[in-house]
Amino acid sequence: MKAFNFHEVKSVKEATKLASNKSTFLAGGMTLIPSMKMRLSSFSDVIDIKEIKELYGIKVKGKSVIIGANTKHADVAASKEVRKAVHSLAGLAEGIGDPQVRNCGTLGGSISNNDPTACYPSACIALDATIHTSSRKVEAEKFFTGMFETSLKKGELVTAVEFQIPEKSCYIKFPNPASRYAMVGVYIAKFKKEVRCAVTGAQSVVYRCKEIEKALNNNFSESALDSVSLKSSNLNSDIHASAEYRASLIVSCAQKAVAGSK
Amino acid sequence: MKSINLTINGKKISKEVEDYTLLSTFIRENLNLTGTHIGCDTSQCGACVVHVDGKSMKSCALLAADVNGAKVTTIEGLAENGKLHPMQEAFKKHHGLQCGYCTPGMVMSAVDLLKNKKNPSDKEIREWLEGNICRCTGYQNIVAAVKDAASKM
Repeated sequence: MKAFNFHEVKSVKEATKLASNKSTFLAGGMTLIPSMKMRLSSFSDVIDIKEIKELYGIKVKGKSVIIGANTKHADVAASKEVRKAVHSLAGLAEGIGDPQVRNCGTLGGSISNNDPTACYPSACIALDATIHTSSRKVEAEKFFTGMFETSLKKGELVTAVEFQIPEKSCYIKFPNPASRYAMVGVYIAKFKKEVRCAVTGAQSVVYRCKEIEKALNNNFSESALDSVSLKSSNLNSDIHASAEYRASLIVSCAQKAVAGSK
Repeated sequence: MKSINLTINGKKISKEVEDYTLLSTFIRENLNLTGTHIGCDTSQCGACVVHVDGKSMKSCALLAADVNGAKVTTIEGLAENGKLHPMQEAFKKHHGLQCGYCTPGMVMSAVDLLKNKKNPSDKEIREWLEGNICRCTGYQNIVAAVKDAASKM
């Protein structure tokens, strides 16, 4: 790993003030540290935000669940409030990586990194989330802009995510058998006024699948998706799965998600 | 350089480390506790699992400076007064290891599992050990060892 200066900060203000073009924030570090070790990325300053107390915590308020950016996957998975409000969100957190990753990895870190196969971005899109940052509030659909890219500006820090509580929801992923990352992950959320379907792992960035949403808005059932056939020309194709296979996986994961919605 | 204070296996220590020192490097090279293994160096194999404030974590994905003030337990900290921990005994009895390289991480993960689940099922054990990769035993004996240890802890 290339040498850097390590800084520990106690407040969001202190963190953003220290940030520069050559710095990074360190949350759980489950992607950052391995990628720095492999020299895929390097920084002159690493700003550790673990000690910022205000970034922790889970609150259910009215029709939303607000989760602090530093909250670990294991804490979301174990939270009775989250499980009661949005069962599928606790389930998603429970399925990220492995237990050791879940003991360190954080919600804010995951969405700021925006890995195209990560689980959390799909929850943000399907649950119509608002991302709270050190300087503004931004809709999830405007936050995830591309592969490993977000609309975060340099020095801007995610502080919390506000998820809307749906009537029913479910997240189903088809994990790569080796890496356990989602080859395809589908998050279905049924709200009073609409059904939202977010797909991760299939394109360079998480997206809403309008074909599935349309079918489920007419009829929220597995059979409504029997006749849905997705185009594969815009889907990822790699050694793990062809684009055609992914197109088929999206529909079958969506059907399982509809069946498992609660 | 950063000055860090840690409790390692019950013993308080103070050391100077480079800012970029990994916890795994610190444990092995500064403290000479070489029971914590580096299997992959890409943070996927779990051979380097230790407990930080009671929770299992991959020491090769943490910075030493980042765990300043924490209580860290490594595989060397499990045995008491020369007597193996029940999980270590069970791995020995059930031949839950072959080359032994992954074993420290397996044992540390399994001990963490039993803290939260007293009597895990085979499925729960396998799911929990997802982040620990073994390339020789085929996992059967590891699962048997964890089950046996659960009955004794």
